[in-house]
Amino acid sequence: MYFDSFAEFLRMGNHGLYVWVAYGSTLLVLLSAFFITRSMSRSVEANIRWDILSRQAEQASGAQTKQEAGSES
Amino acid sequence: MKLNQKLKEYWHKLGSPRWFYQITTNWVTFFGASALLLLVTGLVWALAFAPADYQQGNSFRIMYVHVPAAMVAQSLYIGMGVAGFIGLVWRMKLTDVAIGACLPLGMVLTALALFTGGVWGKPTWGSWWEWDGRTVSTLVLLFLYIGIYALREAIPDQNLRARASALVSLVGTVNIPIIKYSVEWWNTLHQSASFSLTEKPAMPMEMWLPLLIMVLGFYCFAGHQVLSRMRLEVLTRESSSRWVAELMQGRGMLVNPVKASSIDHGKG
Repeated sequence: MYFDSFAEFLRMGNHGLYVWVAYGSTLLVLLSAFFITRSMSRSVEANIRWDILSRQAEQASGAQTKQEAGSES
Repeated sequence: MKLNQKLKEYWHKLGSPRWFYQITTNWVTFFGASALLLLVTGLVWALAFAPADYQQGNSFRIMYVHVPAAMVAQSLYIGMGVAGFIGLVWRMKLTDVAIGACLPLGMVLTALALFTGGVWGKPTWGSWWEWDGRTVSTLVLLFLYIGIYALREAIPDQNLRARASALVSLVGTVNIPIIKYSVEWWNTLHQSASFSLTEKPAMPMEMWLPLLIMVLGFYCFAGHQVLSRMRLEVLTRESSSRWVAELMQGRGMLVNPVKASSIDHGKG
């Protein structure tokens, strides 16, 4: 550890504000990039799943009506 | 001859979205885990263990986030330029996906490099902003990113959008050597390169090693982000294809297996 105490670590030799603002903004950028991309991936996958499910439901109901029509004749 | 054939085969596969999606599955995890490990180590080292600079004091610690952000921002732009070139020459679809994936991260990292540069400049140069060769050429980089972003938002036709952004990305790469050599060409306040692959670092090891770790961490993070974004774009573009449907079912989608398999047979 370069600093003698935690207070000195926070103070950064009078440059504390600059150092912490720079590191804070960096963390903000990295974390928000990560979470935005993750939520985008999840929503894309959820949308595709939903599309597949609704297509399957459509086909299933289509098949059912065909069967019904067949039994009637 | 055999190697040549292998390379050719690889090149063709590279254009296939499905193949890309499959091989990058593990890469994303690898880059993500490496980024986390490197960035946590690097941040702690840079903030608490690296010695202060004898002239700049502790404000020099800003270097550990400023330099990697600027390096990766430029690399992502080079990536876009290369992808643009390949896209224009060979008309691969995946290259446009790559441009779209590099763009947002490159843009925010350029902004971050400018911002942390200003925050570092205040205690070091005495001002937030200097009309200096490197800051101005980096500002131009930001405008290039914003321009291509706006261009992509403005063109609805996918092919036209791909060609236009490939062209602008490629042309804009002339700015990259300008950024690089700006500290040599012009009289400047900006300090010269703190990081070089070919020369011995000018700073002592205990200052330089945490920088190396931060730079590697940023690159891994960028790899993770770009691949993730490319993968989600590939999924979106290929959402109606059979392999995507199979992939989603493999991931434990809650469907009636009998129905799902009967539909698959019908489609095949």
